[in-house]
Amino acid sequence: MSYLPFAVAGWVCLIGLYGVATSRNLIHLALCLTVTQSSTYVLLLSVGYVRGGTAPIFKGVKLGTRAVDPVVQSLSLTDIVVSVTVLALILALGLDVFGAAKTVDPDEIAELQG
Amino acid sequence: MTRRTRIVIFLTAALGLAALFGWAFAGLPAFGNGSHVYAFLLNHVAVPERHTTNVVAAIVFDYRGFDTLGEEFILFTAVAGVVLLLRPVEREDPEDRGTTASDALRFVGVGMVGAGVLVGLWLIAFGYITPGGGFQGGVAVAAGAVLLYFVSNYSAFYPLGHVDGLDPVEALGAGGYAVIGAVALVSGLPFLANLLGPGSVGTLVSGGSIPFLNWASGIEVAAANLILFSEFIREYLHPARQDG
Amino acid sequence: MTWLAPLVVAVPLLSGALVAGGDHVAPRALQNAIGVCGSAATFVLAVLLFRAAERHEVLTWFGGWRPRSGIAVGIDFAVDPLAAGMCALIAGLSCAALVYSITYMPEAAKLYDTLLLVAAGSMCGFVLSGDLFNLFVWLELTAVAGYALTGFEVKQLGPLQGALNFAIVNTLGGYFVLMGIALVYARTGALNLAQIGSALSTRRPDGLVIVAFTLVVCGFLCKAAVVPFHFWLADAYAVAPAPVCMVFAGVMTDIGLVGVARVYATAFSGAFGLHAHAVGDLLLWLGIVSALVGGVMSLVQRHLKRMLAYSVICHIGIMLAGIGLLSSKALGGVAALLLAHGLATGALFLVAGMLLASLRSIDELRLRGRARARPWLAALWFVGTIALIGPPYVGAYLGHAMIDDAAAELGRHWVQPLLWLAGALSGAALLRAGARIFLGFGQATAEFLSPEVREDPPDRGANLPLLGGTTAVLAIAGLVVSVVPGLGPRVDEGAARFLDRRSYAEHVLHGGPFGFKHDLPFAIEHTSLESVIYAVVATLLALAIAAVGLRPPRSLSIVEPALAGLKRLHSGVVGDYVVWLTVGTAVVGGVWAVTLR
Repeated sequence: MSYLPFAVAGWVCLIGLYGVATSRNLIHLALCLTVTQSSTYVLLLSVGYVRGGTAPIFKGVKLGTRAVDPVVQSLSLTDIVVSVTVLALILALGLDVFGAAKTVDPDEIAELQG
Repeated sequence: MTRRTRIVIFLTAALGLAALFGWAFAGLPAFGNGSHVYAFLLNHVAVPERHTTNVVAAIVFDYRGFDTLGEEFILFTAVAGVVLLLRPVEREDPEDRGTTASDALRFVGVGMVGAGVLVGLWLIAFGYITPGGGFQGGVAVAAGAVLLYFVSNYSAFYPLGHVDGLDPVEALGAGGYAVIGAVALVSGLPFLANLLGPGSVGTLVSGGSIPFLNWASGIEVAAANLILFSEFIREYLHPARQDG
Repeated sequence: MTWLAPLVVAVPLLSGALVAGGDHVAPRALQNAIGVCGSAATFVLAVLLFRAAERHEVLTWFGGWRPRSGIAVGIDFAVDPLAAGMCALIAGLSCAALVYSITYMPEAAKLYDTLLLVAAGSMCGFVLSGDLFNLFVWLELTAVAGYALTGFEVKQLGPLQGALNFAIVNTLGGYFVLMGIALVYARTGALNLAQIGSALSTRRPDGLVIVAFTLVVCGFLCKAAVVPFHFWLADAYAVAPAPVCMVFAGVMTDIGLVGVARVYATAFSGAFGLHAHAVGDLLLWLGIVSALVGGVMSLVQRHLKRMLAYSVICHIGIMLAGIGLLSSKALGGVAALLLAHGLATGALFLVAGMLLASLRSIDELRLRGRARARPWLAALWFVGTIALIGPPYVGAYLGHAMIDDAAAELGRHWVQPLLWLAGALSGAALLRAGARIFLGFGQATAEFLSPEVREDPPDRGANLPLLGGTTAVLAIAGLVVSVVPGLGPRVDEGAARFLDRRSYAEHVLHGGPFGFKHDLPFAIEHTSLESVIYAVVATLLALAIAAVGLRPPRSLSIVEPALAGLKRLHSGVVGDYVVWLTVGTAVVGGVWAVTLR
């Protein structure tokens, strides 16, 4: 039980990778990348959890109360921004690909090879 | 590679990777037992030193404010990238495909737009005292604004999402963050040093430069998300005509 | 002097924001000026920083958050001479790219300048940073700017495919880095490299540390395009506009190697101390394989930029092999090689851009003989190629020679011939292309080359003298790297500092002194006779292979199946690339799991 969150993180990462590797649609691929990224949030936040700890917000809460890790939360915040930006770029590229090739299947747009 | 080969090789490799993950996670302290010296230190000193009750905001905008500068620019660059990638090639004549039919939806929705933007602004403003912050609030503001498109039509949304007006605002947010950091350099302090006094705990006047950085990032995030949404919506409504 | 370090990053970022903000308001000329001035100013600042860092490590804590009893509270920049020198190279190449782009990209590509400037600033931030998560942030920023710049020509499928492959593989690499960071943080409770190094060195490395190291290294190797994470690079660099390729090939790929070296030297070398050779050996082998694959693949290309892309992979492999030797002499050689390679390859990409602009093609066979009347272009191309091949005391020779010395000192005499061979292979490809295009030698068709890739030339109106001038500066600078007085001792000393974990940690966390030898002699580094011989043989070999490539005999068809297999691996399909990424990470992790315990 105490290692389940980490196992979830590992599983989500691998299933996201599988999605990216076998995807037939660029939009689906972009979202699988997001899924893989979610595994990093899960890992980060699980690493920072303190049993019985409150949120690291001390308004109305006595200083020195046990709180969870605020550092990993700030790391996750940055992580989310990165995820959004990459998603936006890949979707924009996907739209352009559709405009240029009338398909969004990554297996069919391999113009550069060898 | 054929699909089958690809799947077989991938599954083999993934098994290996899963084994590595398992081996690594076995070395982690059990869930709930995390105790990290960095976190412990910051949880105890952030309030006395910075008078900000939201420790995460203090970390994001002060202790590790430099990371946030990079993050701001990631958002800024991605928006610039999307605008570059979706730049008008040749566009078909616009057909208005975006009008909502339901009056009830329009009535309720427009009210929600105002509420959404207000909540977003509140999240930004009080973000360093209670949960929230520039990023969270900025996204909420943008989401509220985009709601306007979904509950009415494109011409109502257009003034808000007009890219020409938003570009300088977004650049102001990102640039403003860097400028605030550089201003500290001028007064002989290290880059991004907190210039103003800490103020009083739990009020809006606390945290020194944190409120300003907070607002700079809130403005930038809101503007960036609005530009992104409007670029994609415009692409949907006026798809680029390609020569094939 | 500590204010220099943040400015090296802030100035290009601010210039980029300024160019973007003034987009609809300011005239194009003003935006160009801001871009060029911003990057030139960054170059000057980086040189000043280099001078300051030579005397003692320049340390700046952002926000003024100094460490408390050895616990880092904020983020720091710890600048050593190698890092500052790299910043100067980054800024210089970016400035050259912006100047080149003034006339090469006449389409009012407003945000293009912004992206280049932001990329420059973030690369500088990456090499200067002393915090593990900060490294990740700058890595992602560089990558994001890169994706958009690669897909610049949105009307054609090729650039979009290249940009997508680039984006997907590099993003996954970034996620692996982040997972590694999470694991390291869980163990040490720190994000500062020096603090992590101190914390990890106290006990034997277990599964968590080994896997975290694997993930971080593999993520950086994706960026550095090392086999088997390298497939995306040829697709991306073949289609980006030439000045963008120049910046990418010259410095952006090398960032990945800097990341590997930095993270190993500061954070993990203490933990793996006794088994260091296990880490180094795997990196050495990955480097050698990459160098050979890059060399062979460059020989079978006809698109000049794709050929240069494989040449980049080849030299990255040589550099990684140098890092894998884990000695300061080798690392100094890597730094010298990085400098020469960045300048020479940059110049070659710019020449390719000029060929595209003036002759409307960038394909070796289509250009056959058509550039006979352009002696200046020919001169630039051959100068760049010679600088890359590295005959004695030319261009890349110094770097190669220092790596050779280090290998010899470690008793690994089989390393040198392999690395020189790989360099000769990619050099041969470039010589062959030059001979065919500028001298008209060789057949009009070649079966063993990969299929043609069409590329649309830029709109007419490029100012060739300006383009040529910029290229000439880079090419000549690349040529003379080996004979710059004092470079050899300085990179050697800089590398020794880079690898010194204990002094770094003392200085960063406790303010201990970190000075070392200055007043180094301004002499040309002495290299061994062995290296001279290897260099001469490699040059002759390159000429021979180029000649054979121009008129391949029938008997060469024996290697056809092997070549075809290798080409088929580079399929252009991103799903395949992701599979190889997974395989690579699993294998690297598996090898280290066995050898590092």
